[in-house]
Amino acid sequence: MLFFASPLFADSTLPPSRWANQQLPDPRQEAAATALMQEIRCLVCQGQSIADSDAELAGDMRALVRERIAAGERPEAVRQWLVERYGAWVSYRPPVEPLSWPLYAAPIALLLAGAWLLRGRFRRKA
Amino acid sequence: MSRARFLPLIIFGLLVAAGVWRLATPKDDRVASQLEGQKLPVFALPPALPGKPGLTSADLATGTPRLVNIFASWCVPCAAEAPVLMQLKRQGVPIDAIAIRDKPEDVAAFLAQYGDPFTRIGGDQRSQVQIALGSSGVPESFVVDGKGVIRAQHIGPIMEQDVPGILQAMEEAR
Repeated sequence: MLFFASPLFADSTLPPSRWANQQLPDPRQEAAATALMQEIRCLVCQGQSIADSDAELAGDMRALVRERIAAGERPEAVRQWLVERYGAWVSYRPPVEPLSWPLYAAPIALLLAGAWLLRGRFRRKA
Repeated sequence: MSRARFLPLIIFGLLVAAGVWRLATPKDDRVASQLEGQKLPVFALPPALPGKPGLTSADLATGTPRLVNIFASWCVPCAAEAPVLMQLKRQGVPIDAIAIRDKPEDVAAFLAQYGDPFTRIGGDQRSQVQIALGSSGVPESFVVDGKGVIRAQHIGPIMEQDVPGILQAMEEAR
């Protein structure tokens, strides 16, 4: 029998955490929580943020974010706490490090390269 | 002029090479915990089912290395891993568990069906301790030394071929 070597993502039979899908009563806190949730990567469906993902772990992470912000923690502190556990990959706003600066530099570099390739087109016809 | 006209072809070739390389070496999607080498975060979990003690971080700093297995009754590879855990238990490895998002009756049924190698089982019904440990799925296992420091993490089920590695990690954690 072949079993997957990586964790299989079946679902539990328990309901979602209360604060996974329920908004915080304070609108400013909810706005801060939502903004953060949209920048935290779901570890199960890694192309989505936890705000978008239906995975149970994403729901529990949303509950964690909401509970901590409701308790008064700053969003940046919550983000940092998650990065300490999962690494920079969990945040959609990775810090500019020796390894990740190309992420920010590449678009600019490509634009400049494209402009250089097209330099001939912008001259008047002789 | 001359050689510059090969530049687009070279760039295309590099893109093809990059694609071929990534197809041959698929990205490893697993997210490892960053807490390796650090002390376990403080936690206290109630028993996952009656008749078994719950699990606290203090239980994992008693002087001997322990294996912490993160599992769930609804997790299919956890069933595959169960015989290997029983084997490790027979070889003298102390094993505790954290059951993720599980009902007591389901945990009881799982243990009755697949065997029970666990000394303690903490119930983590909202994944909060799982997240605090930097674990991102089930099953995963952590080797914790006698001082409560996380020494190694194994992502996915522990299969036969992983046993020597686990035993070595337990040995190195002494």
